[in-house]
Amino acid sequence: MEKSAFPFLPETGAFRYGYSVPTVAIDVAYVAGLARLRLSPEEIETFGNQLEQVLAYVKKLEEVDVQDVVLAGEEKGFQNRLRPDRALPELSPNEAMENAPQRGSGLFLVPRILE
Amino acid sequence: MSFAFATIHELRKQLLAKEVQPKEVVESLLDRISSVDTRIKAYNYLHPERALESAEKADVSLPLGGVPIAVKDLISVRGEPCTCSSRLLEGYIAPYDATVIERLRKAGAILLGRTNMDEFAMGSSTENSAWGVTRNPWDLSRVPGGSSGGSAAAVAAHEAIAALGSDTGGSIRQPAAFCGCVGLKPTYGRVSRYGLTAFASSLDQIGPLTKTVADAALLLESIAGADPRDNTCEPEPAPSFSTKLGEEIRGMTLGVPKEYFVSGIDPEVEAAMQKAIAHLEGLGATLREISLPHTSYSIATYYLVATAEASANLARFDGMRYGRRAPGCDDLLETYGRTRDEGFGREVKRRILLGTYSLSSGYYDAYYLRAQKVRMRIREDFIIAFRDCQAIVTPTSPLPAFRLGERTEDPLQMYLADIFTIAVNLAGLCAISLPCGFTRSGLPIGLQIIGPMRKEETVLQVAYAYEQSTSWHTLQPSLG
Repeated sequence: MEKSAFPFLPETGAFRYGYSVPTVAIDVAYVAGLARLRLSPEEIETFGNQLEQVLAYVKKLEEVDVQDVVLAGEEKGFQNRLRPDRALPELSPNEAMENAPQRGSGLFLVPRILE
Repeated sequence: MSFAFATIHELRKQLLAKEVQPKEVVESLLDRISSVDTRIKAYNYLHPERALESAEKADVSLPLGGVPIAVKDLISVRGEPCTCSSRLLEGYIAPYDATVIERLRKAGAILLGRTNMDEFAMGSSTENSAWGVTRNPWDLSRVPGGSSGGSAAAVAAHEAIAALGSDTGGSIRQPAAFCGCVGLKPTYGRVSRYGLTAFASSLDQIGPLTKTVADAALLLESIAGADPRDNTCEPEPAPSFSTKLGEEIRGMTLGVPKEYFVSGIDPEVEAAMQKAIAHLEGLGATLREISLPHTSYSIATYYLVATAEASANLARFDGMRYGRRAPGCDDLLETYGRTRDEGFGREVKRRILLGTYSLSSGYYDAYYLRAQKVRMRIREDFIIAFRDCQAIVTPTSPLPAFRLGERTEDPLQMYLADIFTIAVNLAGLCAISLPCGFTRSGLPIGLQIIGPMRKEETVLQVAYAYEQSTSWHTLQPSLG
């Protein structure tokens, strides 16, 4: 088995690259693994550089004083707007499955999960 | 002249007077599309038979009875593709109608086709589409803006009477400005998002792209209002948005944010803005300089909040229940990885990566949480500013339509072009873009009018007063 590029997902054996991942300050390969994206070496390098630029740019948010900011939804007395828990007409199982890449016996067929 | 060139209001008059049948209108538009869309490529998908069939049954007494409308390809229409201009959704057929589509049908509109866009609404040029680029009707070597570039180009090129788009950071207003039409981003919660493919759920809104301000008001009236299927939708019924059209703006105070007239703004855009401001003064409004001190933080805030939400929203595209699935994979995780790698384009991957990173362990407080806090500061700026004015006027975009390919390899430069539209979404406000001039080389320039939450009537009133006393909206691109 090839060495996983994702030390945090070693058991799965997924996201195998089989090549050395270019070194950038942001571990793009690791983040791509979290996002379930399998990227090419070229993409890892390009995106790594571009993300570094964007992250350097967003650093400017550190200049803003946010000490006393109360976030939306955290104001005193805030109440969520809840809807009544009522069943409404929805898609039939057949309609819901019309777009399934693979189906059988009224079920979505998916690739093997357990070894 | 072809009926394709009519506005909704003009067409409604003719339909009610029985000077034209809905079927003839649809045929006019299909003719127009077949003569110009090979050059523009505004549409991803057309269903002429279905449009003609709806035309046969159209009830012209309804508010949009017999009026053909184009819909951005990320809103579900039952039985039709909804690709979001992504390979990942190639072959997908929507099994239900979005709320806005139900409402358009109820209002008698005829659904004409689905318009091109940046993939999953991520982009400002409609170049990030799996189905090819859309071109600007005013200059075919330039972009129509984005992400609702197909909708804006279709309206500007008279391939649709009006269209629906969606706006997460400027995606209705900026293409409207680039294509010389009217684009309205309603207040957050004004229009149901049920059936809109989610990009950034706290920012997305569906809205109209039209040839005139009055048409935008009418189309918004037909789609707005409470929806039990979208709990972020305002629970109150929507008001009539046309009531203040025609009321004069004398005595009104309009704010001009000093932070929006900074270096980097195109000189021709700035000159057009100064003229527009003088024109509004001529109509009796008082123009007052205001300050929105956190303006320079809006792009950084937006690209953290929007990408974080996008990375969560786009997790659903995994190739299991619908959409494309990469064939021949050994196990589940390989299927996810390859499906998403092969299905998503570069900009979508880039944004998912940024969003995942900013939400990941150890970075959440520094990036996402801080951005949400700065967002509250940006919102406060507007609340304070609206104490001294009823609406704010700005350019829609710092520059006119740029050339195809000019910015695709520099994402940060592309993002910076959204500087004037993004804060409106972060603060949940409403805003409109309408034509206010042209560059020497003939490219449209857009004027943005921003209103407080739920003040669409005010924004429409100011826009209508400006439009009706100028002639920019009557100019047409020459496409033959």
